[in-house]
Amino acid sequence: MPMQFWIIQSLNSLALGGLLFLLASGFSLIFGLMRIANLTHGAFFMLGAYFGATALRSFDWIDLWVAAIGSGLALAVIGGFLERFVLRKLGNNPQGQVLVTLGMSFIISDACLVIWGGDPIPIPTPHALQAPTFLFGFAFPTYRLVLVGCAIAVAIALYLLLERTRLGAMIRAGVDDMQMTRAIGIPISRLFTVVFCLGAGVAGMGGVLGGPILSAYPGLDADMLPLALIVVILGGVGSLVGAFLGSFIIGFTYTFGSALFPDLAYVILFLPMIIIIAFRPQGLFGRRAS
Amino acid sequence: MNKIWFWVPIVAGFFALLPFVAGDFYVNLGSQMMIAAIFALSLNLLVGYGGLTSLGHAAFLGVAAYLSAWFTTRAGFGHGTAALLSIIGTTMCAALFGLIALRASGLGFLMITLALSQVLWGLAYRWVSVTNGDNGMAGLTRPMPFGISIESAASFYWFALIVTVAAFVLITVFVSSAFGVSLKGTRDQSRRMAALGFNVWMIRWITFIYAGFWGGIAGLIYVYYNKYIHPTSLSITSSAEGLLGVIAGGSGTLVGPIVGSVLVTFLKNYASSYIDRWNMLLGFVFMFIVIVMPDGIVPGIRRLAGRLKEPRK
Repeated sequence: MPMQFWIIQSLNSLALGGLLFLLASGFSLIFGLMRIANLTHGAFFMLGAYFGATALRSFDWIDLWVAAIGSGLALAVIGGFLERFVLRKLGNNPQGQVLVTLGMSFIISDACLVIWGGDPIPIPTPHALQAPTFLFGFAFPTYRLVLVGCAIAVAIALYLLLERTRLGAMIRAGVDDMQMTRAIGIPISRLFTVVFCLGAGVAGMGGVLGGPILSAYPGLDADMLPLALIVVILGGVGSLVGAFLGSFIIGFTYTFGSALFPDLAYVILFLPMIIIIAFRPQGLFGRRAS
Repeated sequence: MNKIWFWVPIVAGFFALLPFVAGDFYVNLGSQMMIAAIFALSLNLLVGYGGLTSLGHAAFLGVAAYLSAWFTTRAGFGHGTAALLSIIGTTMCAALFGLIALRASGLGFLMITLALSQVLWGLAYRWVSVTNGDNGMAGLTRPMPFGISIESAASFYWFALIVTVAAFVLITVFVSSAFGVSLKGTRDQSRRMAALGFNVWMIRWITFIYAGFWGGIAGLIYVYYNKYIHPTSLSITSSAEGLLGVIAGGSGTLVGPIVGSVLVTFLKNYASSYIDRWNMLLGFVFMFIVIVMPDGIVPGIRRLAGRLKEPRK
């Protein structure tokens, strides 16, 4: 294999890892705080991609970054509604909540099929980023480099939010011991909504940012959700660092698996998951369930 | 218990009359209901009696169906050998998946089963040289058990009915045995069961394998019925339909999954003759059942009947 192959595939792995982080970080935070496996998350990602694609098609003045932020905000609002008016009704029944999120994901993905049809809608790469970047004598697709940068920026922003702000401290307290947190007067139910909006928003933004690589197509949700699940199982529930590391592990495994053994890429995804589950069932950075 | 053994032959005999009174369309619908019922019965072992909500049960249906298709068309085995090998393969697959998924319980279990079945789904799509990818495997045949043809709608229906009755009886025996009682114990009080010296993990693993076995049987009947297999049979929609059947009918009851899957199959066929938005409808029904009738239909009716029997104080 030529050197170019390894370098380009590594960059693709990083780009996929970055996208997975945008999806999995919200999933992991929601799971960590609310103890819900939000199976709508893949649908949020897909809906974000469709919103972005539509906005880019309809208005000339919108570029990819505006579309990404707009989609993120729209998904945050939708997520907030679902949390407040549907999930809240099933407060003490986590299994019921998970099944409801599954039902919502079916509704959203079918609605997308009705509205946007069965053909993929491409999301163009911004003009400024279309020319390849030359580094060390190799040509790199510039957009993928920028995407990795975006994911890292979001990761840092989330990290600062969780570790350095009052809101973050409250969320961390809720993840660690919800009852005690509630007992000292922190409004947990409002936190739930905030975290759900945040997770949905980041996923929606990820859908747009992933658009130039993946485009928006029916079934995008079903393609992304299992990857996010595996990332979270790997990294540990409720851990940002775990989601970050897990995303890149899966990004590399999946990209190199697809490139080297195209038929069996999905089986190769198994391997890191099995190894982790065998030795650390709570995931790399997860805490033991109490 | 004895009451059930009294009712099984009567209800089965009643169902056996269907081909005499209804046309082929309804008889075929009946066959689909039987397949869904076997699938839901097997899933109910995990969801209802084990307290382990699996979102990946379609994996076993799909693996058995694909194995059978592969053994009969590619490897050139006869139906008897192929069926045996498919079931053995599916059961071994369940044993392996159980090893992985039962490292966790609760939502972790749900996520792992979902991820595992999605991996198989992706494999069925992409491993084109073996599974024929998105085109699916067509041109399959039905077996001739004991030399009897099951090509006609009615004969296949009776075949499916016999297997369903067998599944119901054997699953009922399983959950009413001492082992079944210990399984319910691990569902309700896993720590106390462990403290009493039961091997909770082993009880769950054996149940997982047994459920996978019956999921495989459902897959065999499924592929015999359709004479075709496509990756969507392994999809999360397929798992969710089974789960909806269990929950709608009443998880942890003996007949609930049958009632639920009969309703889901009926709704699916009825709805798809008017609209082609089955997934959306499935989503709405799912939400409706979970929010409005979390116990399911059978416990609901039982509660109602109990209320009618003893007047309110």
